[in-house]
Amino acid sequence: MSTKYSSGKKIIFVFLIFTVVCGLACSQQPIGQSNNLTGSSGSGTVSLLGKGASFPDPIYKKWVSEYGKVNPNIRIDYQSVGSGAGQKALLDKTADFGASDEAMSDEDLKKGDGEILHIPTVLGAVVITYNLADVKEPLKLSAETISDIYLGNIKKWNDERIKKDNPNLTLPDTDILPVYRADSSGTSAVFTDFLSKTVPAWKEKVGANKQPSWITGVGTGAPRNDGVMGQVKQTPNSIGYVELTFAKANNLPTAQIKNKAGNFVEASLEGVSAAAASSVGQMPEDLRVQITNAEGENAYPIASYTYILVYKNQPDAGKGKTLADFLWWAIHDGEKFTKDLHYAPLPTEIVKKAEAKINSMTAGGKPLRQ
Amino acid sequence: MTTLTAACAVFAIVILLIILSYIAVRGITSINLEFLVDTPKPVGEGGGIGNAIVGSVMMTLLATLIGLPIGIGAGVYMAEFGNNWFGSTVRFISDTLIGIPSIIIGIFIYTLVVLPMGRQSGLAGGLALAIIMIPIVARTTEEMIRLVPNSMREAALALGAPQWRVIWNIVLPAASAGIATGVMLAIARISGETAPLLFTALNSRFYNYFFDQPMSSLTVQIYNYATGPFDIEHNMAWAATLILVGLILTINIAVRYLTRKRF
Amino acid sequence: MSQTGTVGDKVFRVILFITAAIILLIVAVMIFMMVLNSMPTIRQFGFGFLTGREWKPALSEFGALPFIYGTIVSSLIALIISVPISLGIAIFLVEQAPKKIATPIAFMVELLAAIPSVVYGLWGIFVLAPFVRNYLGVFLENYLGWLPLFQGRLTGIGMLTGGIILALMITPIITAVVRDVFEAVPTTQREAALALGATKWETTQIVLGNASSGIAGAVVLGLGRALGETMAVTMVIGNSPQISASLFEPAYTIASVLAANFAEATDRLYLSALIEIGLVLFLVTFVVNALAKLLILSVTRGRASAKHT
Repeated sequence: MSTKYSSGKKIIFVFLIFTVVCGLACSQQPIGQSNNLTGSSGSGTVSLLGKGASFPDPIYKKWVSEYGKVNPNIRIDYQSVGSGAGQKALLDKTADFGASDEAMSDEDLKKGDGEILHIPTVLGAVVITYNLADVKEPLKLSAETISDIYLGNIKKWNDERIKKDNPNLTLPDTDILPVYRADSSGTSAVFTDFLSKTVPAWKEKVGANKQPSWITGVGTGAPRNDGVMGQVKQTPNSIGYVELTFAKANNLPTAQIKNKAGNFVEASLEGVSAAAASSVGQMPEDLRVQITNAEGENAYPIASYTYILVYKNQPDAGKGKTLADFLWWAIHDGEKFTKDLHYAPLPTEIVKKAEAKINSMTAGGKPLRQ
Repeated sequence: MTTLTAACAVFAIVILLIILSYIAVRGITSINLEFLVDTPKPVGEGGGIGNAIVGSVMMTLLATLIGLPIGIGAGVYMAEFGNNWFGSTVRFISDTLIGIPSIIIGIFIYTLVVLPMGRQSGLAGGLALAIIMIPIVARTTEEMIRLVPNSMREAALALGAPQWRVIWNIVLPAASAGIATGVMLAIARISGETAPLLFTALNSRFYNYFFDQPMSSLTVQIYNYATGPFDIEHNMAWAATLILVGLILTINIAVRYLTRKRF
Repeated sequence: MSQTGTVGDKVFRVILFITAAIILLIVAVMIFMMVLNSMPTIRQFGFGFLTGREWKPALSEFGALPFIYGTIVSSLIALIISVPISLGIAIFLVEQAPKKIATPIAFMVELLAAIPSVVYGLWGIFVLAPFVRNYLGVFLENYLGWLPLFQGRLTGIGMLTGGIILALMITPIITAVVRDVFEAVPTTQREAALALGATKWETTQIVLGNASSGIAGAVVLGLGRALGETMAVTMVIGNSPQISASLFEPAYTIASVLAANFAEATDRLYLSALIEIGLVLFLVTFVVNALAKLLILSVTRGRASAKHT
């Protein structure tokens, strides 16, 4: 008994030290003294939380980091959880702003607690990336081929239908592993929208959706752009679709995609801008638009705007003002970071329209930016 | 036959060593002071896990503050007054609660705390971890208190001490070594939990000292880095793992060392 | 005795009672909330929810069978690998190894249980999956490829890898319980067997026989753990809701679909469907754990009585 008791004392001692150390670690700032709870006090820190698309995550991370350098009192956190989760966060009000590559549906907009604005921020390309160590030249893919791969009709890399567009490549006799998004994703919505527009069989069997009805047994799912890219990078003979910046940052190849004009186009900023240019004139008032399979010789066919979603009438004036200022900064100063991260900046006409949207944001009936 | 059974034991140990050596070798290269104190940055600009360490510690601490009194209280109840249907029920429910998948607890806290509060928070994360901790602490406490010889209780009662003083001043101190062991192991367990934090604490880019805000944790950060494509983030995942596993193994080994006389 | 003593006792008892009641309350509220939130799908699909094979949120079609299948099969793989190994370790530690070796080995095996799930997942992605893809899977394909189990795309991400990770995770748990159970078998039984001229291995067989229900309990406990394991499995199983004979193919478990999709279910029915499969998992693990407890008690309770007599 006595030995047990003394070892007990030792344990309690160690435990106490642990608790004290933890306590010290946490008490660098007193808990509860919280001027950033409401985020509205003039001198204190304002915190904003955004959740959503992983497609623009690299540039949003860059933006909030740069914006934080210029405005040390503003803490904007962006969490990449997928477009579907971003839309849900806005509807559930578990975030100050949402983000999505897919415009919200009319039905979902009705679930919102007030009018929801779509602020386009940048344009991006959904690229088809693949892990084929011995294929050095970029693969050429048509919508039909991509569709057949994801429908499970093409199972091997050296299938005739792939070879037809790539006569110069020696493709391996290995099984293709298509990787898709396991979560509800704007990237999936853009990808499936393109295929639904171009391939009738796709439209019928899978459809265009954030979380489409994938054919059972064809591929494997991974969360977020990061997850799909990670899976492709880790798995030989796989294929996946992600935003251009993910493929570039990981030195993985991107396929040239056949566009509406019949040309195989490499994913590039120019290709994305060309895709956007053809529809600028017909931009609807609420800015909700799809630009897949666009007209134009050099238009990259799987391109998309990506949006930040905000309530028009902000519940908190301080936070709302911060949010509006940040959005304004993003579509002006922020656009200069697009090039390094392989996004395309908004066309000038769209910046004007986005400005109007930002200026229409109010709190308690008062406009936030005038 | 001995060869075969010994081979099983060797196999398990080899697996352990392989895992630990991977963590050590891949983790050690990315650890430096900046990594330990910095916050996450855009890919390619460095960054660190300082806020994740603080977040993990804070939520573990909160869980301990909530879980410890409830767990110990329930354990004492089961040991001292639990020989009835209610005690057996609590015992049975505790045992099954220990086995309930932690993701379920995450969902439960999401509907109970996150939705009404309107955002993910360190509080929700800490509560989820506390729910995992309570039954573990309760059952250990009960077992340890049952080990205290009845003669000690009887001697104290015979001297005229009220029952609560007997429990508080005699029984609990006598069982404290075992209880502390159980608590340490429970802390080690919850500090490695990821699933219950995914929807409750979410993640954060910043040092956050407030429980009403989303909070970063080592485990969620490891998950995000590991599933992503970036080599630099993979390295950070291994380094963060080294810190986490180092902490957990230290607790386990320390507990074992301090209690070795009893085994 | 003084008045304060009885009042103090009452207060003390009430406080302890409340803390104990909190545990019951947590579980009760948990069940209530989950049942309440899964009512929409329970009403709409009834029992068909559990047997439906199509999981298509976009079309509001929710069949949970692929997840149930993935959960059960991955856990079975884990048990098939882990049970013999765990039994081997436990026999070695209790019946064969000298105490001096047994203690450190037992501790190291326990450390396997201390490693967090997400760390197993990280290790699974970067070490185990390539190993399965390049060596183990190729080996199985070459020698057992005539079985449908080992045909198909070998990517390293799939049911087999998930099952192996689970096996590593539950081995220390099963081992620990089996050790306890063995130790609960009275030494007199071993001595009696040896005295009758049984060999050491025959004696072990007798111990195994007497401990069988406890061993079953340990296995069931391991099963319970495997069924609900989330992070490590999510990271290596491939997250694809399909029912495939091939263990190389990706699959999906209940826990991993919750981890991947719970945060984004905007649709009421979708959310309800996710909570309902969570409820299924909850109830199954509840029953499995209760069963494990009863089985283990049937052996270890014997120890307590043996000690006292």
